[in-house]
Amino acid sequence: MTETMIRVECLEAHYGLGQALHDLDMHVGKECVAVMGRNGVGKTTLARVLMGLDPPQATGSVELLGQSVLGWPPYRIARLGVGYVPQGRRLFPSLSVDEHLQLNSRKGPTGEHWSTSRVFELFPSLGRRRKAYGDQISGGERSMLAIGRALVTNPGCLILDEPTEGLAPAVVEDVALSLKELSREGVAVLLIEQNVRAATLAADRAYFMSEGRIVHETVDGESMSDEATLGRYLGVSV
Amino acid sequence: MNTFYFLTLNGLTMAALLFIMASGLTLAFGLMRVVNLAHGAFYLLGGYVGVQVIDKTGSLALGILTGGGIALVGGLLMERFLLQRVRGLDLSEALLTIAVGLVIADALLVVYGGKPVSLPLPRELRAPVDLGVMMYPFFRVLIMAFAVMLGIALWLVMTYTRIGAAIRAGVDDRETAMAQGINVSRLFGGVFAVASFLAGVAGVIGTSYMSLNQGLDVRVLMLSLVVIIIGGMGSLKGAAIGALITGMVSSFATGYLPQFALFFLFLPMTLILVFRPQGLYGRAA
Repeated sequence: MTETMIRVECLEAHYGLGQALHDLDMHVGKECVAVMGRNGVGKTTLARVLMGLDPPQATGSVELLGQSVLGWPPYRIARLGVGYVPQGRRLFPSLSVDEHLQLNSRKGPTGEHWSTSRVFELFPSLGRRRKAYGDQISGGERSMLAIGRALVTNPGCLILDEPTEGLAPAVVEDVALSLKELSREGVAVLLIEQNVRAATLAADRAYFMSEGRIVHETVDGESMSDEATLGRYLGVSV
Repeated sequence: MNTFYFLTLNGLTMAALLFIMASGLTLAFGLMRVVNLAHGAFYLLGGYVGVQVIDKTGSLALGILTGGGIALVGGLLMERFLLQRVRGLDLSEALLTIAVGLVIADALLVVYGGKPVSLPLPRELRAPVDLGVMMYPFFRVLIMAFAVMLGIALWLVMTYTRIGAAIRAGVDDRETAMAQGINVSRLFGGVFAVASFLAGVAGVIGTSYMSLNQGLDVRVLMLSLVVIIIGGMGSLKGAAIGALITGMVSSFATGYLPQFALFFLFLPMTLILVFRPQGLYGRAA
C-alpha cells in the first residue's frame, strides 16, 4: 500500500466557462478507494480527465502508474495499463461477449494473470453468453462484461464509474467483493460510486466530493458508512 | 425481354462499381464521422492514371494497380497532412475534402484535357460471353465477380480478425473504443487508405462502363453517398444492399424513363431519410 499508483495534485478542470473540478488532490495505492458524492458533483468528470477523454481543459498533475498522463490520448493511457469501466458500461453492440474480451486481451502491468477464461470463472453467467452481442445481455451481465474487458488488459489500476448502477442487490455484492479481491491482488482500484453498500463492501477508504471539490477524506479506521458523514456529504440516511 | 436482361446486367455492373466505391468509404465514414467528399476525385485520378499506364504498357493489371496505388498515395497524404490537422471540426473536415476534390479534378483537366477517355481493353476481355439469357461483355462480368469477391473478403476481415473487431468497436462508439486502448485515429488512417485505393481501382475498371470525363467525379461521388445513406453509415451489408438498389434503379430508370432518372435515383434515399434516417443497416446514434 506504500506505492502510489494514482496521484492527482491540484487538478482543475473546465468545460468552456464552467469549472467542473477545483483543486483536487488524491492518491491511491494498491488498495480500493471509493469516490462518493451526489449526482453532478464532478465524479464522472474526474474519471474522464484521468482517462484523457474529451478533455475539458484540465490543469494540475495527474500521475498514473508513475507517468504524468495529462494531455495523453485515451488509447495511450489505456495501453499504459489503466482499465476503465465507463458510466453506463458503453459496450459495443456489434461485438459479442467473446469479442469484447479478445479485443482487449493483452499483457499488462500485472502480467498475463487475467485471461478470458479467468473472467468467465469470476463471472460464470457471462461464460454462458459468449456468443451474445453487447446489446443482447442483461444489466448484470453488461456490468460484468464491462469489468471483464477492463480486467483482461491486466491493468495496474482500474477506474470504475458507477459499475453497480442498476444492478440487483445480490449482484452488487458480488461485484463489490470481486473489486476488493482485485485490490488485494495488487491492483489500484478507484471506485466511483453512489451505492453506499457497494462502496463500503469494496473500498478501504473513501473521498467525498461536492461541487467539484473533495470535501472529506475518511481517516484511518473511520467508517465511510458513518451516518453523520453520509448525511452531511451525500444527503442520505442509512 | 432482351432489354430487361440487358438493363438488369447493366444495373448489376453499376452496383458492383458502386459497392467497390462505397464499401471502404462507409467504414471510414463510420469510424470518424468524416465523409471524404474527394472520393469521386480519387476515382477520376485512378482512372486517368490507370488508363494512361495501360495505354503505355499494354498491361491491364499494371494499370489497375497503378490507378489504385496513386489514389492510395493521395489518400494517405491527405489524411496524414491535412485531415489530421482539423480532426473533430466537422465543417472544416468536410470543406477540406471538397477542396482537395476540386484541386485534383482541376489538375486532371490540365494534365489530361477534357476529352472523354475509354478503357483500351484487349479483345478477349471486351468480347461478349454467353450468360444463358443473353450475350454480355466479359469484362463487366469480371467486374461483378470482383465486387462479390471484395465483399466476401471485407466481410471475412470484419467478422474474424482483430482489426475487424476493432473497426466495428470504433464505428459503434469511438470514444469508448479509444478508452479501451484502440488507436482509432490510426485505424481510420488505414481504412481511409484502403478506401482510396478501392476508389482508384474502381476508376480504372469502371472506365469500361462509363468513359472518364469532367464531372464524372461528382456523379460517382453522389451515387456513392446515396448508397451509404440507403445502407447506413459504417455497414458493409448496407453498402452491398444500397449499391444493388442504386445500381438497379439507375439502370432501369435510365432505360425506361430517362427524363425521371434522377428522380427515381433520389426517391429511395429520400424515403430512407424520412422513415429510417440511420439507413437500412446503420445503428441509431
